[in-house]
Amino acid sequence: MSFLDFLSALLLVPALFFFVAGTVALLRFPDLYSRLHALTKADNVGLGFAVLALMLRAENGVEVFKLALIWGLVLAASSTVCFLIGQEAVRRGLKPWTRQSP
Amino acid sequence: MIPQLLDGTLVLVVVVLAWRALNDRDLFRGVIEFIALGLLLAMAWLRLRAPDLALAEAAVGSGLTGALILSALVRMRRREQAAAGQTAGGATGPRGEARGKNHSRMVLGALSLAMLGILAWAALSLPAKSPGLTAEALARLPDSGVTNPVTAVLLNFRAYDTLLEIGVLLLAIVGVWALRRGDWPAADLRERLLLLSLLRWVLPLLAVGAGYLLWIGASAPGGAFQGGALLAGALLLALLSGLGKRLLWRERLIRTGLTLGVLVFGVAGAVALGWTGGLLQYPTGQAGAWILVIEAAALVSIGLTLGLLYLGGRPEEK
Repeated sequence: MSFLDFLSALLLVPALFFFVAGTVALLRFPDLYSRLHALTKADNVGLGFAVLALMLRAENGVEVFKLALIWGLVLAASSTVCFLIGQEAVRRGLKPWTRQSP
Repeated sequence: MIPQLLDGTLVLVVVVLAWRALNDRDLFRGVIEFIALGLLLAMAWLRLRAPDLALAEAAVGSGLTGALILSALVRMRRREQAAAGQTAGGATGPRGEARGKNHSRMVLGALSLAMLGILAWAALSLPAKSPGLTAEALARLPDSGVTNPVTAVLLNFRAYDTLLEIGVLLLAIVGVWALRRGDWPAADLRERLLLLSLLRWVLPLLAVGAGYLLWIGASAPGGAFQGGALLAGALLLALLSGLGKRLLWRERLIRTGLTLGVLVFGVAGAVALGWTGGLLQYPTGQAGAWILVIEAAALVSIGLTLGLLYLGGRPEEK
């Protein structure tokens, strides 16, 4: 195993951690806003680590560029969609969860 | 060991999701499950080493079909609400409806089982060790003008099938336009400022991506259908954000775009017939250029058709 492969495998560990954390949060968090927060933050960081890991295994510069493009697109799309869903929820009067509420 | 575990999980989740998508009481959740099912099917195609199919499944089967079903669901709910407002008491009781539903389900189930039987019989009656046409197709690949065997089959060896497929797409949009007037997807522009700032650079990027997929289709997974699906996605985003309005009122342009694929394909077939004596048999050595021109026209038509189907009817100024 070359040094790059080792580094790539090492980067996949935090990627996996953030994806698992995001998924657990999606299943366990109490309301839409906190779930959205978890999904768009944790998963994008996880994807970032995965993309970095794959970049180290890429065969040429074009592949590195494509991977970076994919990450950028997912980042932009997920934050926009998160905003749209959140705004629609506010418009419908969905109250954010607080510790006091039942 | 790990690949088998992954494949086994994939098969299991696909079957469970398909069942859930069909049987979920919450129709909206059913649609979401259908979209997820499409993405997992794309992964299954990837595992079967068919990246062309995986691309098409993810873009058309999951994304665009999901959007179509979602819009159908919204229209259905709107109609139900209107009907509920008009008549307080329904004529048919819930029991009669349920019985009718059960009957149609049994008929559908029987038909599906029959289909499964026919397919299983067809698959089992094949000779166990058949070379198929793979070797022959690969041997003629250098003559096809492209190096991606899938594109060679779709646009050269079996170009006739693809011509008919694009014709079917045209028929579909003609049928939808003949039936009803399209609904305008409601969008409040002031609320969509962020969406607009995203679309300002994503839409050009998608258009470039569609062109890239078309070009790369000659040597790698990609082609007119995958690029067209990307274009359709861009069109859909534009329609949802209200950007596509002005484009849609240029009716002649839209209609030309919709028919471009069939027109160019048909004309190319006729010219090739006069030139070489065979329908869609391209002149020797020029096949690559012919394929590129036909695919470019098909890309425009496929993108417009798949995107405009979302309106559920012909676009008309209100």
